[in-house]
Amino acid sequence: MDILNALVAFLNFVVVPGLAYGSQLALGALGITLIFSVLRFSNFAHGDTMAFGTAFVILFTWWFQSMGITAGPLPTALLALPLGILVTVAMVLATDRMVYRFYRKQRAKPIIVVIVSTGVMFVMNGLVRMIIGTSEQNFTDGARMMLNPQDFKAATGLAEPLAIKTTQALSLGAAVICCALLFWFLQRTRTGKSMRAYSDNEDLALLSGINPERVVRITWIIAGALACIAGTLYGLDKSYRGVVYFSLLMPMFAAAIVGGLGSPLGAVVGSFIVAFSELIVTSAWKKIFGYLFPPEWLGDGLYQALSTDYKVAVSFGILIIVLLIRPQGIYGGK
Amino acid sequence: MARYRNLWLFAGVALLFILTGALQSWNLSLNILNLALLSAIMAIGVNIQWGYAGLFSTGIVGSVALGGLAVVLVSSKPVPEGWAAGGPRIFGALLFGALAIALAVWLYRKLKPGAARTLALTLFLIVAFFIYRMILDPAVLAVEANNPAQAGNIGGLGLNSLLAWPVGAALAAAAAWVIGKIALGLREDYLAIATLGIAEIIVTVMRNEDWLDRGVKNLIDLPRPWPVPKEIDLQTNPAFLEPVASLGLDPVTASTIMVKLLYATMFGLVLLLLVWGCERALNSPWGRMVRAIRDNEISAAAMGKDVKFRHLQIFIIGSAVVGLAGAMMTSMEGQLTPPSYLPLRFTFLIWVMVIVGGSGNNWGAILGGLLIGWLYLAVEFLGPHLMEVLTSGLPAGALKDHLKDTAAHMRLLTLGVVLLLVLRFAPKGLIPEK
Repeated sequence: MDILNALVAFLNFVVVPGLAYGSQLALGALGITLIFSVLRFSNFAHGDTMAFGTAFVILFTWWFQSMGITAGPLPTALLALPLGILVTVAMVLATDRMVYRFYRKQRAKPIIVVIVSTGVMFVMNGLVRMIIGTSEQNFTDGARMMLNPQDFKAATGLAEPLAIKTTQALSLGAAVICCALLFWFLQRTRTGKSMRAYSDNEDLALLSGINPERVVRITWIIAGALACIAGTLYGLDKSYRGVVYFSLLMPMFAAAIVGGLGSPLGAVVGSFIVAFSELIVTSAWKKIFGYLFPPEWLGDGLYQALSTDYKVAVSFGILIIVLLIRPQGIYGGK
Repeated sequence: MARYRNLWLFAGVALLFILTGALQSWNLSLNILNLALLSAIMAIGVNIQWGYAGLFSTGIVGSVALGGLAVVLVSSKPVPEGWAAGGPRIFGALLFGALAIALAVWLYRKLKPGAARTLALTLFLIVAFFIYRMILDPAVLAVEANNPAQAGNIGGLGLNSLLAWPVGAALAAAAAWVIGKIALGLREDYLAIATLGIAEIIVTVMRNEDWLDRGVKNLIDLPRPWPVPKEIDLQTNPAFLEPVASLGLDPVTASTIMVKLLYATMFGLVLLLLVWGCERALNSPWGRMVRAIRDNEISAAAMGKDVKFRHLQIFIIGSAVVGLAGAMMTSMEGQLTPPSYLPLRFTFLIWVMVIVGGSGNNWGAILGGLLIGWLYLAVEFLGPHLMEVLTSGLPAGALKDHLKDTAAHMRLLTLGVVLLLVLRFAPKGLIPEK
């Protein structure tokens, strides 16, 4: 029985949160990697694009709530999400038209565009602060738990509870649906194929009559929509603060680079690597070990390799290892 | 007219400071001037990296923070009890960690590539990490248990904080060496991403490791650098009071202004020294080589220039200059507040200064530092005034309050817009590279 309890504790503290966090990262990292493969720069504004989209989702959620519209057991934010996506997509398309297009026409060096994207980051961060402020906003409603720990204990008779929050299940579900749609789109549709062709070889793609502006537009639409979804799920799961999204940049970049910048599959795999590493390194293993080993072996340490404050060190460590050993990433990006 | 353009630009910035002094107060003006001078030094450091070599680092805040840490280690009050409780053991642990990493690097180079090497090194590093924690943790607990309300750290050497300035530069240079070794020579974006991470880690360490610098409890009462006296000493010093009285000035105001003037002189001297050195370097064979590498890496490499080594060299020099400014800032403020090291304030603001001023031109970096430094700090008192005027027509209510609150956030938006406009319409900046 003790092994079962240890397993449940492991599921509860590492697997379930890891799957949820990994899904949220994956949706963000996919956007980063798509922008990289088509527009050929690392988008530092992506974290703040997520914050921007989420801010509008929150505003629409409040509006729905004030009209008495809810989604029953699901968070109302899901109803507001399509509207938020529309605003985010409009924003990134406007940014592209007003800012990035100029540098694309000029064929500016990628690093210049990276600096430009930090300027966009400033603007978006400022807008988010003006729209919704810097304080914490909790916009999660509906049923909190999909699997209630008490129910689980009663049903299995185990000492250790297993809890699955609605938002965690939603994150994983949304990631699966979005990835399936995206991969179907990239592999099967004409537009998706033209996107891949453009990213592989710009000149050849132009020769075969692909309209570059259309490819770029579609990339921004997908990346913006994914950013809004990722940001909303993260905000639902952890509660929303606009400034937090800047610190998501590091794990998202690490995930995209681990998988190989420019490779969508790599971004998804990399996100789960980063998410699980973070949780494995920063969780306290005392409870799990407590079921596996006799107490006199363990002493009174927490068995926590790093405190949760050092989360960023984990994604950074992964990034460093990849840069040292395999800079092109697992799936050989650019 | 065009010949004196640069002079006019600097005169314009000087006018801003004079107007601030005349219309608001000289204390405020000098305060902004000191911070702007420090920003200008940081901008020179960033300009060395970006303007000379085209290296984009997003970790400026890390170098600034390391400079601050140097002041703490060199000149804060010694805490003998704290040091005795675990100081040597902590350093032993850090030494062990460094040795373990060095050994791992050595093994990595010695062993044959393959799964066996990966497995062996992973196991080695995991075991080494746990031994490191076993050495470190008890010592940290012991140090932090010592009088946590006032100390709880290992203390510093208690030396003059002028000595901390070069130490700050050295610390930042060491960090730059490590990160440059890893991230240089790959895609340019990787340096930007890696420096973003290392800066965040440095600031996190300073925020959480109470044994080192008291973390978020802040470290106050750091001594002044030589020759700057304390205001309170000036106010009791007859040699200062007599001339002040004969001029008919208020001794309290006069003493604060005197102190700030001293700082401004010191910072100005350092700035001039740096510019002199930078101008010499830029117009030497070394400077031409560096710009040749920036403009065309391949042909420079074909001429036998070691591109990666030069990039590393420049990255280290630039970071050291920023670290120096970071140490100067902390020694002026007399306290270390880790939560104030925000990337927006110390990384991206400095970038705006360099790009607005004119990347590749030392004078441009200084102009940008002074101008944007003034703007950034002046908005604090101008913004609310402006918003007051703009919203005066509105009826009192939620909208008016909201608009007034947003004034504080206007700063970021403005900076972003300025950066984008300059990059688009005047990418060479106010004083272009010759």
